[in-house]
Formats: sequence, C-alpha cells, structure tokens
Amino acid sequence: MNYIDAFRNPAVARGIRARVDALAGDLGALNRSVNIMEVCGSHTMAIARYGIRDILPPNVNLISGPGCPVCVTPTRYIDAAIALAERGVIVVTFGDMIPVPGSASTLAECRARGATVEIAYSPTRAIELAVAHPEREVVFLAIGFETTTAPVVSIVDQATRLGLKNVSLLTAFKLVPPALTALLSDPEIRIDAFLCPAHVSAIIGSDTYKPFAEAYKVPCVVAGFEPLDILYGIQGILEQVTQGRAEVVNHYARVVTAGGNLQAQALMAKYLEPVDAAWRGIGVLPMSGLGLKPAYAAYDAERKHGVTVDLGAENPACACGEVLKGKQKPPECSLFGAACTPDHPVGPCMVSSEGTCSAYFKYLR
Amino acid sequence: MSDQTIQLGHGGGGLMSRDLIQREIVSRFGDGALKGLPDGATLPVPASRSMVFTTDSFVVQPLEFPGGNIGDLAVHGTVNDLAVCGSIPRWLSLALILEEGLPLATLRRVLDSVKQAAVDCGVVVVTGDTKVVARGQCDGLYVNTAGIGEVMDGFELGVNRVVPGDQILVSGPLGDHGMAVLAAREGIRITSGVTSDTGPVHRLVQSVREFAPKIKFMRDPTRGGLASVLNEVVEDRAAGILLSEPDLPFSTGAKAAAELLGVDLLQVASEGRMILIGDASISEGVLKAWRRLPEGRGAARIGVVTEARGRVVLETVTGGRRLVDVPRGELLPRIC
Repeated sequence: MNYIDAFRNPAVARGIRARVDALAGDLGALNRSVNIMEVCGSHTMAIARYGIRDILPPNVNLISGPGCPVCVTPTRYIDAAIALAERGVIVVTFGDMIPVPGSASTLAECRARGATVEIAYSPTRAIELAVAHPEREVVFLAIGFETTTAPVVSIVDQATRLGLKNVSLLTAFKLVPPALTALLSDPEIRIDAFLCPAHVSAIIGSDTYKPFAEAYKVPCVVAGFEPLDILYGIQGILEQVTQGRAEVVNHYARVVTAGGNLQAQALMAKYLEPVDAAWRGIGVLPMSGLGLKPAYAAYDAERKHGVTVDLGAENPACACGEVLKGKQKPPECSLFGAACTPDHPVGPCMVSSEGTCSAYFKYLR
Repeated sequence: MSDQTIQLGHGGGGLMSRDLIQREIVSRFGDGALKGLPDGATLPVPASRSMVFTTDSFVVQPLEFPGGNIGDLAVHGTVNDLAVCGSIPRWLSLALILEEGLPLATLRRVLDSVKQAAVDCGVVVVTGDTKVVARGQCDGLYVNTAGIGEVMDGFELGVNRVVPGDQILVSGPLGDHGMAVLAAREGIRITSGVTSDTGPVHRLVQSVREFAPKIKFMRDPTRGGLASVLNEVVEDRAAGILLSEPDLPFSTGAKAAAELLGVDLLQVASEGRMILIGDASISEGVLKAWRRLPEGRGAARIGVVTEARGRVVLETVTGGRRLVDVPRGELLPRIC
C-alpha cells in the first residue's frame, strides 16, 4: 500500500468534505457552532499545509493548542542550555531548538561564538558523542511530549548499560493530559471537542482521553497527520456533536491502540516521575511534566551541572501565551508578520516549524 | 610519485601538472579548440547573432550521488542555464579545484561524466584550468563551468510578458536531485530509491521552438525549487499563480524521502527539469512535444497565472488553498 497517496486522495477528500458540510449545516440550522482544538503542533502544521481551515464551514472553528514542544519550552531553559554550551559542554539537540530566542541569545549565536552545539536526528547521537569524547560532558536537550520522551530517555538506559558517566539530560518533558485539564478548566476558553494527537496517542493510548470525554462532555477523536485523517477526524467529531455524544473514538487505528505502547510506557516509568512543569506562555502546571527520578540524578544535567530552569522574562507584547491557549489567532498579535517573522522570531510560536504563528505565516498570510 | 591520489605537485605547473593535464584532460577533451593547449579558445561566432554567456560553480557533497556526480551536474547546470535563455549551447569552459589526497579514480570518473554529458548536450569543452589546494582547503573537488550559447530566433522571453490566463508547465517530476543528494548524505536508504534527475533540458527547449512567440518564461528550478522560481515571477507584479496539488508530478522515492526528512518538495532543487509559462493555446502542443522525449515523459500542466497580485497559491488535495512561500535560509546546503 502506498501510504502517502492513499491518505491524500482528492476524490475521497471531496466525499468527506460533503459529509462535513452536511453535518455543519445541521448544526447551523440550530444556530450552533463548534470549537475544535487540535492539540498537536503537527496537526496545526498539516491543517495549514493542506489549507483545511479554508474549506471548513464557517460554524466549524479549528483552534490551535499548546502541542508544539519547542513553543512551550521556557526561555530560561534556552538560557540554561546556552550556559552549559559556553562552559564547554557538548550540547546535543533536535534542530528546532537552534534558532529559539532565550532571554539574550540563541543556541545558533552561541554556536557561532565557538561553543559545541550538535544537531541530532536521533537521541543515540548523544551516546555516540559521549563515547567519542570521554574527556567532555555531553548534555542532550530533552524536551518534548510523550512521543519524544521514550526515545530520549533511552539515552539514560543505554548510558547505564554502557557505564557512561559523561552524558546527562536537561529535562523539560511535557505531558499532554495535564494540559488538556488546564485548557478545559479555563473559563475563558470554549472547547467543544478535541482532535487528539496522533503519535502522542500511539504512546499513551486512546483510553487516556476517556476521563476527559466523560467529565467534560467533549468528544475526543484521535486522528493521523495526513489530510484525509484530519478531515475524517473532524467528520467524526461533528457526528458526535450532532448526536449529542461525547466519546473517545480512534480514527488512527493503523498506528494507535487503546492501551498505547507498553514498552515505551515501561521505559518512562522506570526512569521518570511526574513533576510540576513550566509552560512558556501558560505558566506552571502541576504534575504536567516528567523529570528523572532521584536514583538517576547522575544523569540529570540540572543537578549534575548546577543549572536551574524556571519561567523567564518574555516580551510583554508577544501573544504566544494567548495563541498557545487558543484565545488569540496569530494575526491578532501586534508583532505578527512585522516585528516577529520566521527570520526574526520574537516568540516561540514563530520559531518552531510546528508553531502556530509559523504555520500561519508560511501558509496563510 | 604515486599516481593513485592528487598531490600538491599536480598543481605546481611543472612536470607533474603537465602529466596530469595530458593524461586526464587532453586525452578526453584535446580535440578542437583545446588542441595544443593555447591560453584561450578562439571561437567561430556566427555573424549577426546574439550569444548567451553564463557561469556556475559546483560544490555538491557527496561528489557522487545516485543518478550522477559533480561532473555531469556541472555540464547540465550550465547547459540548462543557456537553454532556458532560448539559446543553443555551444561551448564550455571547465575549471577544476582539486584537494590534495583526492583519489585519482574519483577524478577520472568525474571527468568521464563531464565528457559523456558534453557529448550528449552537443557542447565542446574549449578551455579550462586545474588547481590543487592543500588537504582541508576544499572538499575533494570543486568545479566551475562557464558556457556560451547561440540565441535561437523567435523567443521573446520576459516575466513582464506573463499575464493572467497563461499556463504553467513542468517537464517532469520535481525535486529528485535535492532529495537524492540529501538522502545520500543522511544515509537514508529507501526501497523505492530516489535518483537525481540531473540531465539537460536543451532538447526540451528546442522541441518547442515552433511555439516560441507564445512562450513567455522558461527556467530550470534549481536551488529553492518551484516555489522560489514562481515567487520570483510574480514578485511585485500584478499577477499571481494558482497551482493544483493533484497535478504536481513527484516521484515516489522523492515523496518518501521528503516525508521522512520533513521537507517540502516545492522548495527542492531539480537539475534536469524546466518550467515554462506560456499562452494557454500552446499548452497541449508543448506537452505533446515534450512527452515525445525521454526527459519530458513526465511533463504536466500544473497551474495558471491569476490576478492575485504577487501571490503563489496552492490548491491542495483537500480543495483548500494555502500560500506557497519561498524557502527561508539555507534549506539544503551544497546540493549543486
């Protein structure tokens, strides 16, 4: 099966659109609109790339959520990473973090000044570097949601097995469910349904969303990242809304199961424990992140190298916080497209390729 | 003296240099204007005809990639620039900068490709230069080619002639070269593979001469891909472009590699394709002529010129529309 073309078939897309239009028409006749939040940054990007917002009926609104890991990583985290690199530590990171502005500088500028900042496509790069440079310390910038957490924490797993003592993680792992709780509890935000993340759900399992569907009466539909996946997910949500149901439905069964990836879950449970976490633009949410257990403090860069990460100062005009909560759309920010562009980003939502502002700037200006 | 690798002495102007030039350059290109190695080439320029002159440098890494190497790429790059200016490519210069330690076998393969590509394109290498730099001062091998072409009658190319209603055609699948080089560099092995499209477009241009007066714009979409070329066409102009995603030709291998690496194929270089914008009345004729050639088999009509001032818009597979932006910064360094 050709997995690329099968989920981008224009004729099938037309069929789903017709169904979406009909369902939205039924709701419109009752004067009802639906606010759907896509939680995940990859959904935000795909929605923009395929022009999906453009074809939805006016009473179906897509709101972009806080699901871009780079965007919700606090300024002071970047500052700590830069401080480590300037001390001679080899900092290893996924490429998205390189241009993100900290309070005074970026990792890109830090690298240009001579520090060692390595871009990795796989976390195993940190192990390779630690083995190749036994005389130097290696720190991996461990950010991300559940999808990224499992492979990144395998660095600790490998390091313990190889007896490596010169590698550690600067952790800012985030969890999706606590963010959903925070969003649903905010009286200023009206969310009628969630388009649930694709690959995060592959790890945590679609059953995770059951308490939300039940307690808050919001339909939760798991969808993949292809255009047909997204349209079909929206159709599934509208069906539930028109029928007055609020259930968890998994429309991404080719990848996601009810229980998730048990091996990944076991790996995370072995090394990590829930901690309060700072979300850039949102604030500290209780037990919304994961940190290394005390038994593995030797692999915790904060404890090992004496750096701290807390909420930093942000440009007061930057509306990323409001954008991340879905309260504002990027063009409503006074900086958007003028003072803040992908070439000169002010806020995190513009800098990451998955950021809501970046998606708007690239595809929807 | 080892003849297995390039040494600094090969660029010193002495016996070693002469030996290298005789064995590797003269043996391949020594007929015609290069005969006797004069300091410059004397060329028989036809009277009362305009000539096109262009140059390009090639620093691709790796030097050899699926579908080609820096040698044929250097010929095709310059030949294609000449061709899309509406000229028949005639003469090339070939300048090599070699790094000390370069395996001679690599140089030979590259020069064989230069020769074969030049023959295929009907161009003659008429002058050249070879320099050697110390280890670490260049990355194996850099090539510069300059080219001269003879302008064909009938073409009146210029973006100022592009008006709403014109159609946009491409000669084949887009982005194969950039993805082949990137996949080779990242060590990505894909079952269906992706092979560089490096190749000449001069035959494609010559095959549509009969439509020349109604052809308004031709370009080979190299660095920055289709997105860069089309944005350049409409920049600051009273016209825009609407592309149809289902009509865009891409190879399966390029699509797979682009998905894995998170790259937008609209922004990826081709090295053997051309874009043509012309009056709607010639589209069928151009496509028919192109499809008769092996290099034009995958030709397609991909969009129309609109009145949406300065905007390149894509109608996606969902029917929704979005902006096609120019790539920011260096998307894929050193692909040509």
